[in-house]
Amino acid sequence: MSLASIVFYILAFISISMVGVLALITTNYNLSLAETVFYILATVSLVGALGVVVTRNVIYASFLLLTSLMGVASIYLLLLAEFLALVQILIYGGAVIIVILFFIMLTRVHEVKSITDNSQKPFAFITSLLVFGLLLAGILNSNVEVGERSSVPFTELGNSLFTQWAVPFEVASLVLLIALIGAIVIARPKEDE
Amino acid sequence: MSLIHFQILSAAMFSIGLYGVLARRNALLVLLSIEIMLNAVNINLVAFSSYAESAQDVGQIIAIFIITVAAAEVGLAMAIILRLFRDRSSVDLDDVDLMKW
Repeated sequence: MSLASIVFYILAFISISMVGVLALITTNYNLSLAETVFYILATVSLVGALGVVVTRNVIYASFLLLTSLMGVASIYLLLLAEFLALVQILIYGGAVIIVILFFIMLTRVHEVKSITDNSQKPFAFITSLLVFGLLLAGILNSNVEVGERSSVPFTELGNSLFTQWAVPFEVASLVLLIALIGAIVIARPKEDE
Repeated sequence: MSLIHFQILSAAMFSIGLYGVLARRNALLVLLSIEIMLNAVNINLVAFSSYAESAQDVGQIIAIFIITVAAAEVGLAMAIILRLFRDRSSVDLDDVDLMKW
């Protein structure tokens, strides 16, 4: 048996067992399938995000951020925003995390012994808890009239991006260009280095 | 499956990111926490646009612009932290007090 077929069988086994777990959770807790998937993805995103803010290793932190962002991409799929899910995977998985890993490789920042949390940690904890409480109170007290989840076709999205939103789109490209030039100017070694 | 699920997820992620920004000293980890906060905002925007009755594309397009700005921000922030590391051999934000009065 070749390596490819072994990998195929393992992946097939994992997928089938995941479907089984999903079915089990859905029937046991009386949830709809979308809700089960949502709770799993929300757990992945939140655990990844929590890992980023508590770990002391920058490499673990960047990979945990990747996990969290891929969870967010799946949440976009659940919200029927396919284009944004693709963009999220491309930009964050393909560019941002690579830039961060390159940065870690270039600076060896992980070898610098420094405490990664500062003394205002308890205050930070209380503040973020307060902000969460405030947001939760706002969410629970608002009654927004909403319809059903529905998807936006790619063509409609592209049309409005290049007609109604054409000027902001061009400004965004200018922002990217300026950021690129600025990054080169700042990071370039000085004359005497 | 209602809008409130996504709103609570977004609020929780935003608070986690805020905690990271306030509690961390390492500039790189602060940047990662800012990314979490931006993503929390994006979830909220996309959720509202997906459940909206009309003008559904607006939320998604603004989310695309936020992703663009986040990418530009990561590039610039990496350049600044790299400069900082070369000049001071440290990425500790408490060491950066040049503009402090």
